[in-house]
Parts: sequence; structure tokens; C-alpha cells
Amino acid sequence: MSFDDWLLVLHVLSAFAYAAGIVLFWVLLVAVRRTDTPDGTTRMEPVVKVGNAAVWLGAGGVIIFGIWLAFSVGGYDLWDGWILAAIVLWVISLAIGKRTGDAYVEGMKKAQELQAAGQTAPNAELLALNRTSTGLLMHALASVVLLLILIDMIWKPGA
Amino acid sequence: MSVVATIRPDSWNFPLFLHVLGAMILVGGVLTCASALAFARGDTRMLRLGYWTLLAVGLPGYLLMRVGAEWIYSKEGLDDVANEPDWIGLGYLIADTGALVLLVALVTGGVGIYRQREGKGSVLLTITLALSVVLLVAYLVAVWAMSGKPD
Repeated sequence: MSFDDWLLVLHVLSAFAYAAGIVLFWVLLVAVRRTDTPDGTTRMEPVVKVGNAAVWLGAGGVIIFGIWLAFSVGGYDLWDGWILAAIVLWVISLAIGKRTGDAYVEGMKKAQELQAAGQTAPNAELLALNRTSTGLLMHALASVVLLLILIDMIWKPGA
Repeated sequence: MSVVATIRPDSWNFPLFLHVLGAMILVGGVLTCASALAFARGDTRMLRLGYWTLLAVGLPGYLLMRVGAEWIYSKEGLDDVANEPDWIGLGYLIADTGALVLLVALVTGGVGIYRQREGKGSVLLTITLALSVVLLVAYLVAVWAMSGKPD
């Protein structure tokens, strides 16, 4: 395997980590919509950390190895339309991902506050925060953007 | 010639898209299952979440990945090649052995979840967790083989 092949492997592995993180958050997002107790909400925190690690490692690896590949592989340039489109979509997905995280962290904060206050019973305000429609919409948008990146990477329009 | 620079015919793109999308869903489902089971600490809700993710996300992801794999395999005419490349053989080995491991993980997890009602089943769910981790490692190798295409 050549050096470029190894770069491609790392690029694709990063993409898989990113996508796996998005899938993980879909599962948590569905699960948390039926969660109205502080304990039930905070119990998901370690899984959230796994998802965050997958998304951040994946997003970082995808862009680093992707740009490296664009410079390293003959026939491709960073300013090729499909590569520029991928970079723009990547930036959009990060911005959306941050807004998704901001929306869902409110529920986690509320659950931690309730736990600190010794409250364990179901809480309507917590349930409402866990059912954030902004967070759901943002995550759906992030998933669509990820799908567009995948389509762009496979079809390579204009290449 | 580097495989990176290989240009595919357009007709291969959609099967490849399904294959990769299915593989990503599969890896995401298995990662979520393993994480939920690992951090459940006996909590029934998290154990169920882990198991149902493997069943409702991992299994459909596997099927999509496998259908896409067969489709792209025939599109590329690899079924007519006498000596197929090693990376194809490795991919098939991991996909087929992985299917068996996934099936065992689903059965042990399903029985484990059922037995949770009687306060049992934790050993079976630990087996499901261990098999999920094995699957994750195997899929890592598969992604390496599929993208790096080593001789």
C-alpha cells in the first residue's frame, strides 16, 4: 500500500467514526424523548461522551486527511468543485452539530441540577427540554448534510 | 497506479453508496449497542436500549451493506474473475463471519433482555457486549481493507 492509500484509509476510517457518532446520537435522541427523570437522563452521559469522541475525532480526521489527500494525489486539487463542496458541507455540518449539542445539553444540565437538589421524580420541564424540537431539527439537518457529503464523495461531480 | 486515483463508471456509484451507507449505519449501531451495554451498570432501560439498537439499527445496516456489496461485486464483474483480490476475500470473510457473530449477539442479547424480567440475563448481555466489541474491531479491519485495497 502506498502512502496515499494509507491517507485514504485514515480519511475513510474518520468518515466512519463521524457517521457512527451521528447514528449514536439518533439513538440517544429517540431514547431521551421518553426520559423524564434526572437519573434516566444523566445515565446517558457516558454514551454521549462516546458519541462526542466519535464525532470530533471523525470530523477532525476527515478534514485533515481529506485535504492532505487532495494535495498528495495526482489529478485532484483542493479547489476542485466537488472537494470545495465537501469542505463547505463539512463546515456547515460542524455549525449544525454545535447547535444540536447546545440544544440537548440543556436537558442534561437540568437533570444534573435536579439530582443535586435530591429530586428523583419525573419532571415535566426536564421532559420538555429532552424533547427539544430545535435539537431534533438540527440533528436531522446534520444527517442530511452528512448524506450529501457521502454522495459528493462517491459521485465526485465534475471530477 | 494508486487506487485513490481510480475513476469508477457512474453505474457503480449507487450500489457503492448503498454499501457504504449500510456499513456506516452498521458501525454506528454496533458502537451504540456496545456503549449502552458497557455503561448500563445494570440499568434495565440502558440494557434494552443497547440490545434494541443492535437489532433495529445494526441488523438493517448489515443487510443494506451486504446487498450493496453483492450489487457492486457483480457490477465490477468480480464474480467473473478467477483469482479475486485479497481485499475482496477479506471483506467477504469479515461480512460472513460477522453475520454469524451478529446473529449470536442478537440471540444472546434477546434472551438476556427477556431474562432481565426475572433479574437474570446479565451474563448473556455481557456476551453480547463482548461480541459487539469484536464486531467493531473486525469492521475496523474491513474498512481498512475496503479503502486501502491491499494486495
